[in-house]
Amino acid sequence: MRPGTLLAALGLAVAMPSTLSAAPPTTLITDISQGRIDINTTFKGADLLVFGAIQYPAGAVPDAPPDIAIVVRGPTEPVTVRRRERVVGIWLNTDSVRFESVPGFYAVATTRPIDDLADDRITAIYEIGIRNLQLAPASGASDAETTAFERGLIAQKQRSGLFAEIAGGVSVTRNVLYRARITIPAAVPVGDYTAEIHLIRKGRVIASSTTPISIGKSGFERWIYVMAQEHSLAYGLAAVAAALLAGWIASIVTRRS
Amino acid sequence: MDLYLPIAEMSVNALVIILLGGGVGFLSGMFGVGGGFLTTPLLIFYGIPPAIAVASSATQITGSSVSGALAYWRRGQVDLKMGWVMVLGGVIGAGIGQIVFRALQKIGQIDVTIAIIYVLFLGIIGALMLREALGALRLARAVAAGAPRPPTRLRRHVPWIAALPGKTRFYKSGLYISPLAPLLLGVGVGVLTVIMGVGGGFIMVPAMIYLLGMSASAVVGTSLFQIIFVTAATTLLHATSSKSVDIVLALLLLVGGVAGAQVGVRAAQQLRPEKLRLALALIVLAVAARLLWGLTVRPAALYTLYGQ
Repeated sequence: MRPGTLLAALGLAVAMPSTLSAAPPTTLITDISQGRIDINTTFKGADLLVFGAIQYPAGAVPDAPPDIAIVVRGPTEPVTVRRRERVVGIWLNTDSVRFESVPGFYAVATTRPIDDLADDRITAIYEIGIRNLQLAPASGASDAETTAFERGLIAQKQRSGLFAEIAGGVSVTRNVLYRARITIPAAVPVGDYTAEIHLIRKGRVIASSTTPISIGKSGFERWIYVMAQEHSLAYGLAAVAAALLAGWIASIVTRRS
Repeated sequence: MDLYLPIAEMSVNALVIILLGGGVGFLSGMFGVGGGFLTTPLLIFYGIPPAIAVASSATQITGSSVSGALAYWRRGQVDLKMGWVMVLGGVIGAGIGQIVFRALQKIGQIDVTIAIIYVLFLGIIGALMLREALGALRLARAVAAGAPRPPTRLRRHVPWIAALPGKTRFYKSGLYISPLAPLLLGVGVGVLTVIMGVGGGFIMVPAMIYLLGMSASAVVGTSLFQIIFVTAATTLLHATSSKSVDIVLALLLLVGGVAGAQVGVRAAQQLRPEKLRLALALIVLAVAARLLWGLTVRPAALYTLYGQ
């Protein structure tokens, strides 16, 4: 279990008693436009629509609009961040810091800016907001250094659209229905994703739901990828054969013309 | 037309890649070079990760060398004995290169190493070609003005190569030398094939003429013969070790390259060879300058990410 999940579980345990006291708790019903995103030959990225409804106890819809945070995250992986420095006029990779658990994709859409939703403790517990991600840096570097590398990592991920924060990205209709559009870029890593929806009231998370999403290569792309990874010798031989065949065909065509 | 590359894991414009292959093919048909030394940097400029650009470019060269090698083979201009010695050296070199490639990848210096080696090689070769082409142009002008043509002198052997032991006869090359010389040449070019993603013809051909003293008729055919096998071995090494061969990318480049080469061959017949060599020298120097600029200018992102 990752430290993040453990903390989240603890947070949930702390938050529970207050919600349990009211007879039936508020629940979230969630659906996603695509439970599975296929990466095929023409994949250019995708738009994921996360939507659903808030089920209030006894159908008592409050007058105040609810706050909602929708977090879509991909599988975590270790990432090494390298810093370039100028050495005799050339920009070389020099120092590096390894981050043990970096989500391959992380997007959070909220009804309002994250700072207005809840205090730092709550947003940290639920990992709402990019700055609250627990990236688990593993290095002997000083805190200031590690922070600099972390900023570099986040900036790079944001530039490629793999980390995103969309304040006001969740729209709520009649205080019951909510929806958000999350943009998935073409360079997205494959794997098992989750969409977590948190209902926040008065700075407390009062209901959460989690929906799985899977992103995978399909058809031809998948076949090529699996071949390259698992049958690499056969893949290499096939690549050589294809190249030789193409060259040979070209030679025949050339001779004729 | 957007196309998702399964190994590079990015969406590219297929038309751009085909045109890129076509442009390089045009130059390779025009100048009789493989063009790998242009394909790899151009792919990197486009945004393909360097490791994948290098590996897929090697695959493409295998294909584009076949048609050339077959043409020379039909005319009997391939020295098989010499070719196999060089293939052996090339495969050994590719093995060494692969170890170096993996080590550099591990410490995160592969991208910058590829760029530096390119700047050095393209810079030196471009400068030499430019000097030679300018000299040839001046000579042609002087001859046209009525000056006597200086006698061409041909040095048969470089002394230290003639001193190597175990001499054997290479009939088509017109040589009686130690097989160690072409073997070592093959090793050197094999290392470059893996690291730079080039066939190495642009180093091999001058070395065969000026270092080994091979008869000119067998040089290009034998070089192409060697390139097929060494780039094929390189593809296998990259495929099994770094898993960076993108077959879709290689085939796109091939489609463009094959078509471009035909146009290039025809265009070359309209132009004077000295002017062609001058143009090639300028192109090579331009690519070297662009790579050097990329190395020295402050990068947009100081921090780069490396996954597993």
